[in-house]
Amino acid sequence: MKKGRFTLRQKRAATGLLFILPWLIGFLVYYVRSLILTVQFSLSKVEILQTGGYQTTYTGLSNYRFALLEHAKFNQILVNSLRDILIDIPFIIFFSLFMAILLNSKFKGRSLVRVIFFLPILMGSGAVLRSLELATRNIIGGASAMIEELSAANQINISFLLYVLEDLGLPTTLIDYITGLVSRIFEIVRASSVQIIIFIAALQSIPNSMYECAKIEGATGYETFWKITFPMVSPLILTNVVYTIVDFFVNSEVVDLAYEVAFTNYNYGLSAAMSTISTVVVCLILAIVSALITKKTFYYN
Amino acid sequence: MNIRDVRGYYEKISEIASDVTFRSRTLNKAKSVLLSIFKLIIIVGMSYIILGPVINIVSNSFFSPSDVYNPSVFMIPLSPTLENFKRAFTRLNYWSTLGYTMVYIVSITLIQILICSMVGYGFARFEFPLKKLLFGCVIVTIVLPAHVIMLPIYQHFRMWDIFGIIQAVTGKTVNLLSQQTPMYLMTLFGTGLRSGLYIYIFRQFFRGLPKEIEEAALIDGAGIWHTYFRIMLRNAMPAAISVAVFSMVWQYNDMFYARLFSMPTSKNLTFRLSTIQATIEFVDQIKDPMISQLAVYAGITLVLLPILIIYFVLQKYFVEGIERSGIVG
Repeated sequence: MKKGRFTLRQKRAATGLLFILPWLIGFLVYYVRSLILTVQFSLSKVEILQTGGYQTTYTGLSNYRFALLEHAKFNQILVNSLRDILIDIPFIIFFSLFMAILLNSKFKGRSLVRVIFFLPILMGSGAVLRSLELATRNIIGGASAMIEELSAANQINISFLLYVLEDLGLPTTLIDYITGLVSRIFEIVRASSVQIIIFIAALQSIPNSMYECAKIEGATGYETFWKITFPMVSPLILTNVVYTIVDFFVNSEVVDLAYEVAFTNYNYGLSAAMSTISTVVVCLILAIVSALITKKTFYYN
Repeated sequence: MNIRDVRGYYEKISEIASDVTFRSRTLNKAKSVLLSIFKLIIIVGMSYIILGPVINIVSNSFFSPSDVYNPSVFMIPLSPTLENFKRAFTRLNYWSTLGYTMVYIVSITLIQILICSMVGYGFARFEFPLKKLLFGCVIVTIVLPAHVIMLPIYQHFRMWDIFGIIQAVTGKTVNLLSQQTPMYLMTLFGTGLRSGLYIYIFRQFFRGLPKEIEEAALIDGAGIWHTYFRIMLRNAMPAAISVAVFSMVWQYNDMFYARLFSMPTSKNLTFRLSTIQATIEFVDQIKDPMISQLAVYAGITLVLLPILIIYFVLQKYFVEGIERSGIVG
């Protein structure tokens, strides 16, 4: 079989490259080329020709300057989405870990509950999401209407409760954080289903013998969690954080804005600049967060 | 649910909680009952948060116009009607659109499984120069938001060409937009919707399989491709099933690429759903958004049904598959 010129290792390397060839072509054509073009677009004024082609004239950083300093909404939307992400992430991670532990224990009707928790994955498309939001508002709206009625009659309302909490000496930022989370609980629960799956898988991969050993040594449930469960799933926390950030940005308003600017206003340059800015910001966040988490992570192998 | 039930529950649930310290049994039992009640409340509450809007949508889809404006109607319609479903059926052109959509997502999923498993296998089992860097690039494709490449890709398919060959022969480029070809092409080259993630899943899975399988096959005289198609791909069924479910669901729900390539709405159910309200207001002359929304609710119920069925059929394999597929590793 061997034909002189190549060693076996070189042959295997060639076969390996052959296996990844489709992806490599796609990566070069669709990703590398597009990235370069996007940067080029963002640095120039793009004119769309009658034939459907385009012509670029280099204008330096003016698109970036416009997006950051002059555009009416871009700044605000970007900052808001970033703030929302940073607020939601810790909660999504804790919530999904908590639910994973709950769903991993054996109880009657567990498979049904699991199905319910994975449902949000199925309902991710635009129209469905919009209507879901509407339906959610119907439900919440019902509740808040009720509260309004009650508050008129009983002189109680939520803001009064918040004042009480504030007077108790709780820091305002904490109260803001909690009320913000409560008002977005629907979105958060819906956004954590894939994370729950990943954590469940992680929990199942912990060898049972560890727990048995801990039990024999007399560890309490609390200790078992912090000394066994948490360290063992900690590598997956990074995965989940990354997934959460990425997933958040797929549906964020920044994308919608960039899309709108490109295809309703036909301002390719500006849209490309917006995409580039937001991508750079996301990548920065990812880099910082993963650097922070990796330091604390425990790797079993 | 009475207390004895809950206690039975608990005893099954957690052996972990039993301590070595000596505490009175009654205290322990009270604690366990409280704990399981607490768990029950949380699970029921969270399930309601997820299911509440869905139930609302489904029940609303049976509302008649008079129910919408009746403040005493909540969840259960007074005069239930199938009118909304009929309207949604015609405006979605349900069976035909569903058929096309199914063909589309199933074929895309098959391509995804084939290509991504191949690439994953290549990364898992072969040594070649720059392997680490290239795999880093796979991770980049997972992490990079798709909108950063949308304009060049749009232009690319607007004037599609292979190294200028087509232009040289026919004198003009091909416009691939308004059809599903761009998605097929991108998937075929391993850069479709979330392909990077699937490559990653397959790579992790293949790394977990023992090398002896392939060695045995090689000794028995199977070539590398034969080994891959006949042996490794079959062994990768758990990973393939989770990829299949993810791919089908996400492809079905995808709006980003559908909108970007302006795919024909007659062949994409979820995409069509996004325009159904405008269609109904225009064609059926129902100008009241509250009432045209009812048909949208019915449409959503219709759109969710097929994917729910797929999910329920595959859900057992799906959860198992994820647990075994090594997303975790």
